[in-house]
Amino acid sequence: RLESLICRVGEKSNSSLESNLEGLAGVLEADLPNYKSKILRILCTVARLLPEKLTVYTTLVGLLNARNYNFGGEFVEAMIRQLKECLKVNMYNEAVHLVRFLSDLVNCHVIAAPSMVAMFENFVSVTQEEDVPQVRCDWYMFAFLSSLPWVGKELYEKKDAEMDRLLSQAESYLKRRQKIHVPMLQVWTADKPHPQEEYLDCLWSQIQKLKKDRWQERHILRPYLAFDSVLCEALQHNLPPFTPPPHTEDSVYPMPRVIFRMFDYTDDPEGPVMPGSHSVERFVIEENLHCIIKSHWKERKTCAAQLLSYPGNNKIPLNYHIVEVIFAELFQLPSPPHIEVMYTTLLIELCKLQPGSLPQVLAQATEMLYMRLDTMNTTCVDRINAFAKSHCFLSFDRSDCLTQDLEKPKPKFVREVLEKCMRLSYHQRIIDIVPASFSVLSPANPVCIYKYGDESNRSLPGYTVALCLTIAIKNKASNDEIFSILKDVPNPNQDDDDGEGFTFNPLKIEVFVQTLLHLAAKSFSHSFSALAKFHEVFKTLAESDEGKLHVLRVVYEVWKNHPQMIAVLVDKMIRTQIVDCAAVANWIFSSELAHDFTRFYIWEILHSTIRKMNKHVLKIHKELEETKARLARQHKRRDSDDDDDDDDRSTDREDGPLEEQIERLQEKVESAQSEQKNLFLVIFQRFIMLLTEHLVRCETGGIDVFTPWYKSCIERLQQIFLQHHQIIQQYMVTLENLLFTAELDHHILAVFQQFCALQA
Amino acid sequence: MSFGGTLSILRSDSYAELSQYRDQHFRGTRYDQERLLRKSCTLYVGNLSFYTTEEQIHELFGKSGDIKKVIMGLDKVKKTACGFCFVEYYARGDAENAMRYINGTRLDDRIIRTDWDAGFKEGRQYGRGRSGGQVRDEYRQDYDAGRGGYGKTVQCQ
Repeated sequence: RLESLICRVGEKSNSSLESNLEGLAGVLEADLPNYKSKILRILCTVARLLPEKLTVYTTLVGLLNARNYNFGGEFVEAMIRQLKECLKVNMYNEAVHLVRFLSDLVNCHVIAAPSMVAMFENFVSVTQEEDVPQVRCDWYMFAFLSSLPWVGKELYEKKDAEMDRLLSQAESYLKRRQKIHVPMLQVWTADKPHPQEEYLDCLWSQIQKLKKDRWQERHILRPYLAFDSVLCEALQHNLPPFTPPPHTEDSVYPMPRVIFRMFDYTDDPEGPVMPGSHSVERFVIEENLHCIIKSHWKERKTCAAQLLSYPGNNKIPLNYHIVEVIFAELFQLPSPPHIEVMYTTLLIELCKLQPGSLPQVLAQATEMLYMRLDTMNTTCVDRINAFAKSHCFLSFDRSDCLTQDLEKPKPKFVREVLEKCMRLSYHQRIIDIVPASFSVLSPANPVCIYKYGDESNRSLPGYTVALCLTIAIKNKASNDEIFSILKDVPNPNQDDDDGEGFTFNPLKIEVFVQTLLHLAAKSFSHSFSALAKFHEVFKTLAESDEGKLHVLRVVYEVWKNHPQMIAVLVDKMIRTQIVDCAAVANWIFSSELAHDFTRFYIWEILHSTIRKMNKHVLKIHKELEETKARLARQHKRRDSDDDDDDDDRSTDREDGPLEEQIERLQEKVESAQSEQKNLFLVIFQRFIMLLTEHLVRCETGGIDVFTPWYKSCIERLQQIFLQHHQIIQQYMVTLENLLFTAELDHHILAVFQQFCALQA
Repeated sequence: MSFGGTLSILRSDSYAELSQYRDQHFRGTRYDQERLLRKSCTLYVGNLSFYTTEEQIHELFGKSGDIKKVIMGLDKVKKTACGFCFVEYYARGDAENAMRYINGTRLDDRIIRTDWDAGFKEGRQYGRGRSGGQVRDEYRQDYDAGRGGYGKTVQCQ
């Protein structure tokens, strides 16, 4: 199979890469008469999807071009077509690979250098466009600069004046572009020991250094050098003039990034030297490692093997690069490119393959991450948390966290990790392994707190009803029986009772929910069954907004020692519509939860709630689109079936139910979208209130604003913006006019401005 | 997309494929069974310790997505946990990620194994071994502290 032959070239083989390429070029040349379009398609696809093997395939194309000039021309045309398609459908990451491929084809004598320079001139001139988002200009600049490690030398040799001009245009663009977004994307707020640079800034430094080194680049494997004599003879093609497609409403450009660095040459004193942060080698290695992960993320063993067989093993500290790249992805803001658990498992596979060396690098990395927790973005701390518990992260040399205030990042982190460890095992085990001096950091025993449990509580209002309820539920009472027992509960809000049916009775809710949850405390399944069985009672008691809030409060009172239980109960209650998303948001920001506000589980719950809301909107939207499609198909069938316009009434009748359904779904979609918008507004509003309170208090008290709580809170706000940026962008006008107005404290407004800068 | 598509080497997803195992108690044709397995959101999880709780499973498997339900496997006679369970997700993609990244990792210091399941039906939560637990615990010769010690046949000797 042609695809298999082409894909496998470059893999480990008994023969040299050069002879494999030579052989393959021969085979393909012979197949050209019969399989030309197939070969074109495959080669275009590998150019787009296997960028880690870029130079292998450009060499192959070079060899084919030398043997068959027309084929070379057709390939270049096909690539340009593919590039245009990619840009049209917002596939910018793949487009970069195509641009790089084309530029390396200059090295293979397939494309004439001046025409490549001309294309880059068109790219750079995008930075002169007016009224376009900065991210658009950024992409074209990135596509140009990031190709230079491969082709800078050749282009400079042929067209130095033009290249100088391009580079100075690049410099002036980079100087004038705004970088308000950067703080929002940095993993650490401190610049030492490794500055967290904006990606274009870093790349520019790397290219400048490359230029200073007279474009000498020694890391990239260039198989075409071995074929220089053959390739020199080939005729080159000129790239057709390439006009960047204009910016449209639908264009979505890649978000800016910050380059994550955690290692430098001091970290592996015994091994090969790690290329500096501004060396082009560093850039190429990182790009290629990221591409390998992107290609093989589904196959963890293959991915690990491919990473470890990256060429250059004895010249670069590969293990350090791999660990750094993996953490770069794990900590990427807004979200990692792949699911978090993949990285944990990938690290395990890597350690299995390199048991003598990789675990030590990982240990070094985790030690370093722990030491620098104080300045790490809260969202990223969450992510180490998730990874740490799987890697038995903790060693109890961490006495520094005992002397600190428990809200500080390190002790907080240790507490969260211990809690997560407990969730994966059990409480006694944690108590057993944690030394006595650290016991203040141990998680609470996850037992339920039942206020009516003890005889000594019999003076509590509702106590007798609780007892009654307990017996009734144990005797398998029905919902109606429960209602009648609850009728006896007095309403402390008696004065507010407007006398119409069920009003908000917090005591009723308290007695019912406490008792039921206590009876069902044995396991998640027991609690879920209880929620299902008495769903009707819950719905009635929680009918009002205050009712919903109070149910959540009582759940917290009962299960505050068991955050995992709270999370699953809240999830179930949303899914069974006992509470709604806005109620959960209000509950999270309520004063009762202030004590737990910075704990990880709270944010797990909030983000899970937002995700459920988002999925719900998408689901109904999908239903609507599907129903519309069904109606369209029905119309089409009818139109093609009978051209005679006979019984109009029957066609209406056919359409009727579907049209009704569409109308209903349309309403459902609108109401869901409005609920979704409301959820975000509530969240932002509450954040603003909370933060403003803190800022005012600090100002009047003359104390420093930047407490651990404040850092955590402001970063949580950033996290909301980042994690749900696509949806929130729909609300920009409302946010600007209603919530994030100029009167707001500048600390809070800055977050909003950073967010706006992300796609500006 | 009018161009390219993808490459078969990049489509490879061996962890998420069906295994060779087919539940012999499945009511229906082989074809039906495989159709269900291919769209299932439910995973069978095996080699658990008898002491592993629903909560631990929820925490571990929650890493790949929102869990709809966990059903613990029970000894048919004793009605206690006997080392397996079912995990049902809301979305198949989440189940696939569990197959890719949670299968073959540790829980309670044991390497657990996941496999596609055609869907939970009442009765399937019970072990099918003669003594009430799983078949594998009937005949095994080794001592496994997390799974009741020696295999049942060995115990009866």
